[in-house]
Amino acid sequence: MPKERLHELIRELERQYTETYGTAVTVADTPALPGVQFAYALDLSRCIGCRRCVYACVEENNQSRDPQIHWIRVYAMEKEKGVDFQHANPYYDPPQVPEDGHFYVPVQCQQCENPPCVKVCPVGATWREGDGIVVIDYDWCIGCRYCMAACPYGARHFNWAEPTLPKGQLNPKTHYLGNRPRPKGVVEKCTFCIQRTRAGRYPACVEVCPVGARKFGNLLDPGSEIRYIIEHKRVLVLKEDLNTVPRFFYFYAT
Amino acid sequence: MNTARLFARFTTGSLRLVLRGNSTYWAWIAALVVLIVSGAFAYAHQVRAGLTVTAMRDQVSWGFYIGNFTFLVGVAAAAVVLVIPAYVYDWKPIRQIVVYGELLAVSAIVMCLLFVFVDIGRPDRFWHLLPPVGHLNFPTSLLAWDVLVLNIYFVLNFAVVTHILYRAFSGRPYIKSVVVPLVLLSIPMAVGIHTVTAFLYNGLAARPYWNASILAPQFLASAFCSGPAILLILLQLLRRFTRFEIQDEAIWKIAELMAYAMFFNLFLHGVEAFKEYYSATEHLLYTRYWYQGLGEHRTMVPYAWSAVALNLTAFGLFIVPAARRNWVALNLGCLAIYSGVYIEKGMGLIIPGLTPDTLGDIYEYYPSLTELRVAAGVFSIGFLVFTLMLKVAVPIALGEFRVDREARSDVLDRLPLQPGRA
Repeated sequence: MPKERLHELIRELERQYTETYGTAVTVADTPALPGVQFAYALDLSRCIGCRRCVYACVEENNQSRDPQIHWIRVYAMEKEKGVDFQHANPYYDPPQVPEDGHFYVPVQCQQCENPPCVKVCPVGATWREGDGIVVIDYDWCIGCRYCMAACPYGARHFNWAEPTLPKGQLNPKTHYLGNRPRPKGVVEKCTFCIQRTRAGRYPACVEVCPVGARKFGNLLDPGSEIRYIIEHKRVLVLKEDLNTVPRFFYFYAT
Repeated sequence: MNTARLFARFTTGSLRLVLRGNSTYWAWIAALVVLIVSGAFAYAHQVRAGLTVTAMRDQVSWGFYIGNFTFLVGVAAAAVVLVIPAYVYDWKPIRQIVVYGELLAVSAIVMCLLFVFVDIGRPDRFWHLLPPVGHLNFPTSLLAWDVLVLNIYFVLNFAVVTHILYRAFSGRPYIKSVVVPLVLLSIPMAVGIHTVTAFLYNGLAARPYWNASILAPQFLASAFCSGPAILLILLQLLRRFTRFEIQDEAIWKIAELMAYAMFFNLFLHGVEAFKEYYSATEHLLYTRYWYQGLGEHRTMVPYAWSAVALNLTAFGLFIVPAARRNWVALNLGCLAIYSGVYIEKGMGLIIPGLTPDTLGDIYEYYPSLTELRVAAGVFSIGFLVFTLMLKVAVPIALGEFRVDREARSDVLDRLPLQPGRA
C-alpha cells in the first residue's frame, strides 16, 4: 500500500474512533526501528500470580470488557509437578496469592521467530515485523481462526461478539497494528505493546509487575538487561521441541 | 438449430422437469426449503450477534461447521471410487452411474464451501481470498491450497458432468478427447482434495492429535466408505422411482469396494490407537478424551464408541458376500457406515484435536442450536442442488429428455451417454 493511502486510512480511523469514543484518539504507524530485536523474559521464581499484568494489559490494549478478552493467562502450577500445563489451573481464585506449594506461569504471545500462526493464514493478514513482533491487520483478517488452531501457546483470541469498551476506558494512544479498537469477528493477541515499545517505553505488563518478574529489551544491545539474563541465568522457552523459537524466555533468577 | 436456441430449449425443458413431480417430490422439496429458511434465519442471527451464538470459544475454536466440512470433502472425493473402475478398467456396470457420483461430488463441494463460509468471522471479507483484489497466501497456507483444489475439483466435475449431459440432451455423443483426460485428471484431484484437507490439520505441530502422518491415508479410507454409502442408497431410490436400470452387480461391486475401504479405515484407527496407548506420552491425552473422557469431561465418549460400533457393524455386513447381497443388510450397512464415518470424521476429528487446548484447559464443546440449524440449512441446500440436478440428469440419461424427442420414449435403442470420436 502506498504511504499516502495508508496515512489517509489512518486519519480516517482516528476520525472514526474519536467520534465513537468521545476522546481524541491517535493511531500511530511507527515502523520497526533498525537494529532492534525485542525480547521478553519472565522470572518464574518471582511471579506471585497476582494477575496485575493481565488487567494492565486489558486497559493498555483496549481489549473487550464484555466478553472479556485477556492476552495474558496466568497458570497456577504445583511445585511438586514442575512446569506441567496438563495439571495447571488458569482459573485459580484463592483469597490470597501466592498459595503454598504453588508457582505461577503467565503465558502470552511468544513472538516466535518461526511463528506457525503466520504460516497458516490464508490471506496474509498476520506477519512478523522487522523487530520481531508478530502483528495482525484487523482490517484484513477474515476470522477463519486457522492461526488459533496453529498456535501452540493459546496466545490468539477471537472476538466472538462485538467487543465492548466503555467510552471512558479507552486508551487513546493506539497503534494501527496494536491496540486500536478491534471489530467483531477478528483475531487479536499480544504485540509486546507495540504502541509503547516502538516509542521507547516498556510494555504495560512490565511496568505494572509489583515484583519485577517481567523484563524486556533489545536483544541486539549487548548492555541490555535481557542480554544479561540470557547470558547469566537458567533460561527456558515453552515447547522448545516445536521449533517455534520464541522471543519470550522464562528464567529463574534465584 | 443454433446454440442459443438449443440452450433455451435446454433451460426451459429443465425448468419444466424440475417443476413437475408427485407429492413425495414436493414434500421433499418443501422440507428442504423449510430447513433452508430456518438455517438462513439462524445464520442471520449469527452474523448480527457474532460467532458467540455458537458453542465455539478460544479453547475450541473450530467445531461442528468445520467437522461437517471435513466429512463432506470426503464425500466429494469418493466420486473417484466410481470413476476409477469405470474409466480406467472400462467396467460397464459402474460406468452408467459415474455421472451420479460426479453430481454428488458437485453438491458435496457446494456444501463444503458453504460450511467454510458460515464458519468465518468476517464473511463480508471473503473476497480477501481472491486475487488480484485479495491475497491468497499460496503456497504457504494449507487453507489457501484447500480453497484452490476444492474450487478446481468443483469446476472439473461440473464441467464434465454438464458436458456429458448437455451433449446427450442435444442428441450428440460427448467429446471423448476432452472428457477422458478431464475424468482422468479428476482422479488425482479427488485424492488431492482429501489429502490437502488432511494436511490442513496434519501440519499443525501444536495439535498432537492431528499431527500424525496417518491422517491423510485414514481420511481417504474413510471417504471411500462414506461417499459410496450415500450413492448406494441413492441408486436404489432411483431404480425404484424411475425407469433407470442399475444392475445388482454394480451395487454389489461398490459394496465390496466399501468393505475393503472400511477394513483399511479400521486398521489405520487401530494402528493409531496402538501407537498412542502403548507409547503413552502426554499426547495420549486427546485420544483419551475421545474414547474415555478426562475425569468428569465425558461428552464425546458415547459418540466415540457409537462410531466404533457402527463401523465394525458395517464392515461385518459388507465383507460377507451373502450379507451385502441382502438388501436390508446392505442398506443397514450403508446407514451404519454413513453415521459411523460422520461421527469420526466430523466431531471425532475436530473436537479431540482441540480438547484439551494447547495449554491443558478443558472446555467441553457441544454444538449450539444455532450451529445445528445453520448446518441443517447447509445440508438442505446441498440436497436441494443434488435433487434438482438429478431431476434433469436422470431423464437425460434415460433418453427421455432430448431436444429432438422430448416427449417420445420409443427410441431407446441406443445407449445414452455415449462417447464419440471427436
